Amino acid sequence: MADQDLADPDMRETDQPLLVAGSLSKSYGRIAACRDVSFALYPGEVLAIVGESGSGKSTLLQLLSGQLAASGGHVSYRMRDGVTRDLATLGEAERRFLFRTDWGFVHQDPAQGLRMAVSAGANVGERLMAVGWNHYGRIRDTASDWLTRVEIDIARIDDAPRTYSGGMRQRLQIARNLVTEPRLVFMDEPTGGLDVSVQARLLDLVRSLVAELGLAVIIVTHDLAVARLLSHRVMVMKGGRVIETGLTDQVLDDPREPYTQLLVSSILPP
Amino acid sequence: MSLSSMSIAMTAMIDIADANKTFTMHLQGGIELPVVSGVTFHVNPGECVVLSGPSGAGKSSILKMIFGNYRCDSGRIGISHRGALIDLATAEPRQILNVRRATIGYVSQFLRAVPRVATVDVVAEPLIVNGLARAEAQARAGQLLHHLNIPERLWQLPPATFSGGEQQRVNIARGFISDLPVLLLDEPTASLDAANRAVVVELVAEKKRRGVAMVAIVHDDEIRHLIADRIVDVTSFAVAA
Repeated sequence: MADQDLADPDMRETDQPLLVAGSLSKSYGRIAACRDVSFALYPGEVLAIVGESGSGKSTLLQLLSGQLAASGGHVSYRMRDGVTRDLATLGEAERRFLFRTDWGFVHQDPAQGLRMAVSAGANVGERLMAVGWNHYGRIRDTASDWLTRVEIDIARIDDAPRTYSGGMRQRLQIARNLVTEPRLVFMDEPTGGLDVSVQARLLDLVRSLVAELGLAVIIVTHDLAVARLLSHRVMVMKGGRVIETGLTDQVLDDPREPYTQLLVSSILPP
Repeated sequence: MSLSSMSIAMTAMIDIADANKTFTMHLQGGIELPVVSGVTFHVNPGECVVLSGPSGAGKSSILKMIFGNYRCDSGRIGISHRGALIDLATAEPRQILNVRRATIGYVSQFLRAVPRVATVDVVAEPLIVNGLARAEAQARAGQLLHHLNIPERLWQLPPATFSGGEQQRVNIARGFISDLPVLLLDEPTASLDAANRAVVVELVAEKKRRGVAMVAIVHDDEIRHLIADRIVDVTSFAVAA
């Protein structure tokens, strides 16, 4: 099997995992929110974490993105210079820098990921300034370019996102995250608070941007349709554990575990 | 005899050996639903193997097992992928995705369309994913859509509102546009009129000339007669009751 991997050229190209989780656990006192989660994420791969509320999926996302300290296990990440680092050993400044450059985080509530009182252009431009851009014209041009890419009318560039609709806010949050060309984006229920029609448009946008930019994404969702549309691979969580994992269409079309079968059978027909 | 069967095994694009599949329905008290057992056959380049058997015999399930969509409980689903043999029954998800990108195409019975994407882009996507320039991919998509009698005024519309037959032709165009060496066809002619069925027969013949290995499910006797090089009877893989 190892020989076959070497013989396969497309295995070599993306040979190195971007992020590796090993035996990750988190307990709050006697309650285990996340137990013994291990996986490797490769560049360009979209991984969906599914499960109902309380299954531990949001806790896992916070552990993976270094926002929460694990009770056990580790997360390592291959930095842009090719060196793999254990997130727990990064200093606060290094971690913040990672978040500003190589990572994105799309929150369910755009108000958490945006500055609601400053203009849309500034929301996007701010990320560029944080990585050292200082030419106003170039920042504004790049910001306008990104607003166009997420289908926001340039005429609204000087308006603050509090004047935007829910769908526009979410698209602006995505632009703000992608403008620094991150390699990994975390998404926490990105379509959660949106109307169905707005959801479809956002999913379509995210899907094409992810493919175009070759982004790796870890997306938490309770919506299996979102997982099907966006992800290559899926992990099903229950009671803090990963109970089933595999290729997305395989897990959704041929679920093995009783809980996964229950989730899949609960989808309403379109 | 043993020499010739060896050479077949070495050149086959698809080589399935003793594959088994059972569904366990946990929500129905854990009843076991046997699907197929001991599935064994191979497909050579340039050959179209048609699976035959009544509804429920497991034809579509076998096709899904070859695509890596259904898992196998045991056995081997060997696929020749970029010169190496990969067993999809044990492959990692990313290997299966690579095999789908570079080796296996699948024309399902129904088009699973993404909202808002124009027909021409739905068809061109497999080429773009493999690195072809958008304009060239769209031009080839246009040729194929034209060939399948989808009028040009529909190309910029998403296929969601099309008739069943039109959607199926968009699906066929998307499946046939790539130069993948393995193609799986699940009733590609089911809701087509005679003229379009003839186009599909012609497309299959063209793929054979290019050395593509195909597995098809076709209920229409006339079409089956026209495209099949060999018939594999799926009832021989039925699980003994």
